[in-house]
Amino acid sequence: MLEIKNLHVSIGERKILDGLTLTVGDGEIAAIMGPNGAGKSTLSYVIAGREGYDVSGGEVLLNGENILGLAPHERAAKGVFLAFQYPVEIPGVATMTFLKATLNAQRRARGEEELQTPDFMKRVNEAAARLGVAKEMLRRPLNSGFSGGEKKRMEILQMALLEPSLGILDETDSGLDIDALRVVSEGVNALRARDRSFLVITHYQRLLDYIKPDTVHVMARGRILRSGGAELALELEESGYKDYIVEAA
Amino acid sequence: MAALKETVETVESIDVDAYKYGFTTDIESEKAPKGLSEDIVRFISAKKDEPEWLTEWRLGAYRRWLTMSEPRWAKVNYPPIDYQDLYYYSAPKTSPGPKSLDEVDPELLRTYEKLGIPLREQEILAGVETRKVAVDAVFDSVSVATTFKEELAKAGVIFCPISEAVKTHPALVQKYLGSVVPVTDNFFATLNSAVFSDGSFVYVPPGVRCPMELSTYFRINEKNTGQFERTLIIADAGSYVSYLEGCTAPKRDENQLHAAIVELVALDDAEIKYSTVQNWYPGDGEGKGGIYNFVTKRGDCRGRNSHISWTQVETGSAITWKYPSCILRGDNSQGEFYSIAVSNGFQQVDSGSKMIHLGRNTKSRIISKGISAGRSQNTYRGQVSAHRKASGARNFTNCDSLLIGDKCGAHTVPYIESKNSSAQFEHEATTSKISQDQLFYAMQRGLSAEEATALIVNGFVRDVLQQLPMEFAVEAQKLISISLEGSVG
Repeated sequence: MLEIKNLHVSIGERKILDGLTLTVGDGEIAAIMGPNGAGKSTLSYVIAGREGYDVSGGEVLLNGENILGLAPHERAAKGVFLAFQYPVEIPGVATMTFLKATLNAQRRARGEEELQTPDFMKRVNEAAARLGVAKEMLRRPLNSGFSGGEKKRMEILQMALLEPSLGILDETDSGLDIDALRVVSEGVNALRARDRSFLVITHYQRLLDYIKPDTVHVMARGRILRSGGAELALELEESGYKDYIVEAA
Repeated sequence: MAALKETVETVESIDVDAYKYGFTTDIESEKAPKGLSEDIVRFISAKKDEPEWLTEWRLGAYRRWLTMSEPRWAKVNYPPIDYQDLYYYSAPKTSPGPKSLDEVDPELLRTYEKLGIPLREQEILAGVETRKVAVDAVFDSVSVATTFKEELAKAGVIFCPISEAVKTHPALVQKYLGSVVPVTDNFFATLNSAVFSDGSFVYVPPGVRCPMELSTYFRINEKNTGQFERTLIIADAGSYVSYLEGCTAPKRDENQLHAAIVELVALDDAEIKYSTVQNWYPGDGEGKGGIYNFVTKRGDCRGRNSHISWTQVETGSAITWKYPSCILRGDNSQGEFYSIAVSNGFQQVDSGSKMIHLGRNTKSRIISKGISAGRSQNTYRGQVSAHRKASGARNFTNCDSLLIGDKCGAHTVPYIESKNSSAQFEHEATTSKISQDQLFYAMQRGLSAEEATALIVNGFVRDVLQQLPMEFAVEAQKLISISLEGSVG
């Protein structure tokens, strides 16, 4: 599904990713854990195609195709979805409007029929019900005045609608209380599929109690320093990241 | 949603040059000799077969104008205008006031067809989707067609070219013409008073709710011709009318002058809703050509509980200089101004509103959304004042500016003045940029940079678009996207 080979990224003079290599198989849930400043968010932005990062070497292959030359919306149409750590407010644009515009833009890009309103509404309402998103929220401007938990739920709702092949969760657990964390995690778990992989980026082990990873990768100083199974996360919970910070230095 | 899709399709369907109304109509016209003099003023007046009082009125304005100088306080720059190098009258030769559409030159009908303006009533009736809209079409200096006149007459509504109203309803015209914008008001208004060519006249009798939207469609075609139209709308006691004005012009390398006047009078309990979709040619990518739009629009809430509302979507013109205003004379009267001004390329916009509170418990509201892109400059200039007797006057002003790119400018210049201690005025202003965060977020979900910008801008202007009649809101939304084409990336 996702193969990242020897990726080098900097912002200006500052090197953020330093030869990062990572493979995520089809249907796999890979957790990326690491201390603050490890470059975790940069990794998610670079996969999604955000401007402002200088990619000086390496490849990001999605199903065998290097996507580094594509614009963000082209990557989205190919199945990349990034659930933002801080979802952005778009004043004046009703959530429903935004959802339909994005879904149909992706469908057009893939040469698929656009969804007509009744079909679309049905899908949204089903997903909203599963995630406990009130219908009233769908009429409000996107993310405007939403609580932290509401915003994160809206991210998962969008992921459910867009049905990506790669879902990246960037610190989705930050700012969530335990109930919201459970709802969001259940939402993600419901989307698990053989042809859908996840990259779960998190600082804490807590989220991984709810979303069980197949693999865990420890990231520090712009590289993957250690990989293992779910038990690695528990180990990190005990020992913290200090060893890795030292090791990488 | 459909609108968004349509927006995107429209944007995609146009080539490098976005202005799609830039064609010219090849039609013979009759012009007055170039330049301005008392003789020209008399010529125009004679062409229109006007009564003597009006000829004298025009001449008075002309003499006054000679003593005035162009206002220079607006934040716009342009080379001096040579007023002697313009034509002040141009009319399609074939139609000296056609009686019916069959007598209108087919070339003209085709022009309006191309512009998407329905002039044939049966075509409008056949359309299932569109609501009925009566149209007065003004081509250069004269009105070429007015639709639904008879149906409106049944309701007692007068809707006709002002040149016709001068003859058919002289008392009304004489009573109200210049009563809101006096002859001496300002340089451009005074010029207009001397040479105004045509425009629409509306009178809605007491207690009548005008049965359909009224609309005037202005088209400048001739080269080097100034357009000086004049609109006068009177809503008598307890009546209601909604009116829409649209405008386009061909692409020409030289600048064209447009100095119009709109006067609105609302008597007791009357309401006038005036909407404008202004799409004059803005000039090319290098800032060459385009319309100089120097317009005076003012509404007089003359009666108690009267209500005037201006809604405008401004995307065209090289220079815009206009401040639709309300004089809140009647007690409890209300004035509103909703505006979206989009500027791109080298456009310069200096626009805003004035709310003059004279009566008791008068209320006004100004919502202005300026969007600047390219190398354009967009200034909001507004005045809110309460006079001594305006106890309980209230105003709320909100000016938001959105910048796209880093070579444009947005400016806000409010003047607030209160001579009554019980008046409450609020002013809010924000300036923001479309953030990279917003763009990236929308693009991550699948929208292209242009689709994302269109969506964010539509969100920004939403509360003003909601004030427009439905059909025009969609039109306006498309227009905004077209105007902003090429502003990202």
